[in-house]
Amino acid sequence: MKKQFIIGALASALMSTAAFAENLKVGFITTLTTPAAVIGNDQKNAVDLAMEHLGGKLGGKPAEVVFEDDGFKPEIGKQKTDKLVQDDDISIIAGYIWSNVLMASAKPIFDANKIMISANAGPSVIAGKRCNANFFSTSWQNDQTPMAMGEYLNQSGVKSIYVMAPNYAAGKDMAAGVARVFKGEIKGQDLTTWPGQLDFSAELAKAKASGAEAIFVFYPGKAGGAFMKQYQQAGLKGAMDLYTVFSVDGISLPKMQAGKLDGVLGSKLTNQWDPTLDNEANKKFVADFKAKHGTYPSFYAAQAYDSIKLIDSAVAAVDGDMKNIDGLKAALKEAKFDSVRGNFKFGNNNMPIQNFYLREVVEDADGKWATKVVSTVYTDHVDPHASDCKL
Amino acid sequence: MSAQKKAANLDEYLKAPSLFGFGIGRIMTIVLMVLLFILPLIAWYMGNKFYLDFSSRIVCLAIAAVSLNLILGFGGMVSFGHAAFVGIGAYAVGIPSHHGYESAWLHFPLAMIAAAFFALVTGAISLRTKGVYFIMITMAFAQMAYYFFLSLEEYGGDDGMTLWSRSDFGFLNITDKLTFFLLSYALLALCIYLVFRIVNSRFGMVVRGCNSNEARMKSLGYNTYAYRLTAYVISGAMCGLAGALMANLQDFITADTMTWTRSGELMFMVILGGAGSVFGPIFGTGVFLLFEEILSAYTIYWHLPFGVLLILSVLFIKGGVNGLIQRAWKT
Amino acid sequence: MSTLFLIQLLNGLQLGVLLFLLAAGLTLVFGIMDFVNLAHGSLYMLGAFVCASLTFFTGSFVWGVVFAIPIIAIIGYLFEVLIVRHLYESNHLDHVLATFGIILIADTLVQLSWGPEGIAIPLPDYLSGQVEILPDIIFPTFRLLIISSGLLIAAGLYWLITYTRLGMLIRAGASNRTMVSALGIDISTLFAGVFALGAVLAGVAGMLIAPITEATIGMGNDIIITAFVVIIVGGIGSMKGAFIAAILIGIIDTLGRSFLKDILEIFNESASAETAGPALSSMLIYIIMAIVLALRPQGLFPPKVR
Repeated sequence: MKKQFIIGALASALMSTAAFAENLKVGFITTLTTPAAVIGNDQKNAVDLAMEHLGGKLGGKPAEVVFEDDGFKPEIGKQKTDKLVQDDDISIIAGYIWSNVLMASAKPIFDANKIMISANAGPSVIAGKRCNANFFSTSWQNDQTPMAMGEYLNQSGVKSIYVMAPNYAAGKDMAAGVARVFKGEIKGQDLTTWPGQLDFSAELAKAKASGAEAIFVFYPGKAGGAFMKQYQQAGLKGAMDLYTVFSVDGISLPKMQAGKLDGVLGSKLTNQWDPTLDNEANKKFVADFKAKHGTYPSFYAAQAYDSIKLIDSAVAAVDGDMKNIDGLKAALKEAKFDSVRGNFKFGNNNMPIQNFYLREVVEDADGKWATKVVSTVYTDHVDPHASDCKL
Repeated sequence: MSAQKKAANLDEYLKAPSLFGFGIGRIMTIVLMVLLFILPLIAWYMGNKFYLDFSSRIVCLAIAAVSLNLILGFGGMVSFGHAAFVGIGAYAVGIPSHHGYESAWLHFPLAMIAAAFFALVTGAISLRTKGVYFIMITMAFAQMAYYFFLSLEEYGGDDGMTLWSRSDFGFLNITDKLTFFLLSYALLALCIYLVFRIVNSRFGMVVRGCNSNEARMKSLGYNTYAYRLTAYVISGAMCGLAGALMANLQDFITADTMTWTRSGELMFMVILGGAGSVFGPIFGTGVFLLFEEILSAYTIYWHLPFGVLLILSVLFIKGGVNGLIQRAWKT
Repeated sequence: MSTLFLIQLLNGLQLGVLLFLLAAGLTLVFGIMDFVNLAHGSLYMLGAFVCASLTFFTGSFVWGVVFAIPIIAIIGYLFEVLIVRHLYESNHLDHVLATFGIILIADTLVQLSWGPEGIAIPLPDYLSGQVEILPDIIFPTFRLLIISSGLLIAAGLYWLITYTRLGMLIRAGASNRTMVSALGIDISTLFAGVFALGAVLAGVAGMLIAPITEATIGMGNDIIITAFVVIIVGGIGSMKGAFIAAILIGIIDTLGRSFLKDILEIFNESASAETAGPALSSMLIYIIMAIVLALRPQGLFPPKVR
């Protein structure tokens, strides 16, 4: 009985690979379970919206996006990537929220001469030493966003800051990024256990005691909300100004508003994109996304939307011939699509060269918490690892 | 009492498990081992490399499960920290590679020695405790190892490290998926044979005797602590081997493989197959991974039916898949 | 430095109290039914989510807690009757596996019913401020509330166990289970009741922490291991041990996170202390547990007769 089941399962699994080849397929790996699924769902919504805008076609051919869940774990992400590459023989695989999932999945894609498009993660290795012609990014390199924040802190004359981030690679990158640019004094720095630690009482007490003028934090996902809450409860609003990267976004703001965390209002953040950016593609994206889901899209969603539009432009260039990897790569590099962030071009390491904006958390016309662009911090910024890349 | 007499006493006390089991168990195990060998080869022949890799994963994890079974199934030591050995084995491949030493003849022995050493140190402390204290202290040591490797920024830390080229065996090129599968399969067969020999040896009898009645073994004059510790170290070394293989299969090494949920999964593989039977863990690993693969293909909420399956198997399938088949055959 | 130390001590006390609420239920269930419940953390998570929903429904956190408690008690009771009851005869290994399965089910069900994003619980104004306890020592009101309610519950448990008939049965059960059933006590009702009590304690812990960290999926899985460390260090089945170990571990963990890096920096250059500090402070509680077990394999306060 069990044996028959196993044989049957294996046989059916083998069979399913042989059939079906009519739709053009693109893979998208993101996180659809665990609390981080909130980011993955936002990306999935944006991908679905992009496909809707494109009439269910990529490059004019009927197409389908195959979603896979990485379960927030690098080896699951790698297994799913293997499956898309080897079992489904898909040429372009996009997505990848997390640096570690991206790094685990990169080798099988490059070895099979397929194409990887990051819609979020931007670890320094892939931008520098291990850059690859089969890799493209519609997001940013980790260092860029905190560097923009450091630059803004210099411009606005902040003298001293306290830094808090989770103790994992991206967290350390963010802390290093701001320190690279910031000219004032860093009074102290705490790297907290990730992802387990959500109670920051000990660190906030230290930050308060340090006497720093402002606090810089990086807490993505669920930790962001927890941090804001405790920042407010510790009475730091007004005492220490809050500057964040990747901690406040379209996903967390409605929840923060429901939880009455008004400590976040007026706090500053930096990003390469904002829902209020003034261009046609962005207006359409934000309006349709809001109409469909009732909330502002997050920057994760914007990047995912861009990745599909980018793929569309490349598939059109090779006229749907997904076996033409060189043609696809050349077309991707051109980046001939209307990005929601306005101008978009790739650098030598296939990371975008783009503007970075200072954003502020405000209440919008409907009374919803949102963000607006305050100023442009960097124009056409190239990431600091591009010079290590030999492409 | 002479050593021979002691052994003779034990022989009556413990009936030796046979390599292939009895009746239907024998047929089933042979059939499954053959299937595990043939099906991937058919898939490979048909041009689908994914199922070859998938089978390699079953084989590698089966080695870990077999090693856990040695102490859990036969020795009654419920280790809730076996994932640590897998992780240590994996880093024994990754760390030398990072520094340019890519020989498999360095990686694999190092993996086993490092894991054995960790087993020796932690086992020496853990085995002083009993029951649930043992479950929890092994878990605590695994968590320590997890946080330790997490903090090694040089070796990727939280991001993990990509193994840009696999261990170099010289004459064997394990970058080739088929060669890798054949090598792991051979090592699995070797491990099974070793475990079989161990549990049927005088040493194995003592360890199993400790499981059934430690006081009795002590009264027979055995230093039960030393016997159990030796078994624990052997199991750790074997699990380190599984880790070295896993690292090469995944081309990626992460501390995540050492978290307590991973140890729980390994335990489940052993229990599902039937603890204390030489082949049980292979059943268990195969069924576990197949369920995971099939369920997760249908729904992202596959943890729900998977959890139900777990509870049902604990409530209703005593002795795992192996026991189930044995009973079905008898009735 | 000294004010910071005092504040961190209070923070540690708050974590310790929370750990005690979780550990008390664990050690009760363990001591009396000899049942290892990994899914205890799922009750903690459910407490937080149920309380969050009720807070938005009633418009007040206090009412949310009041109505959530009986719901968690019922969930705990059903849990015992439907699943746990059938596992008392099995070994610890089966307990670990079955309750591991329950964790998977609970996490998925919570994602299906509340979505993955988690819920932030708003606090009434009188709870969301800070108070000045001593000159220069300003502490969030809500954290003080956690400490005081946790200590009150601890005192209540002490009274329950020392002075009531139920407590007598619990103590008797922890030291000799067979004897209690021989006394003609309705064991199954007692067990279900004790299990529901443990569930409520875990649920309350979840409700108390949720306004600080939000209710999130898997929140219980992170803390349950620490709670296990607490009952192992304290000695399984001992309420006194659980209390002392919980406070101890809460304080050590908090102080470690706060000062370990600075201490390391004294001995070592800054760069390695920067990464070794957080790693070592994460390992600290496990190191303590290993040391305690190496010296006293039954924990600090093992129940006298077993």
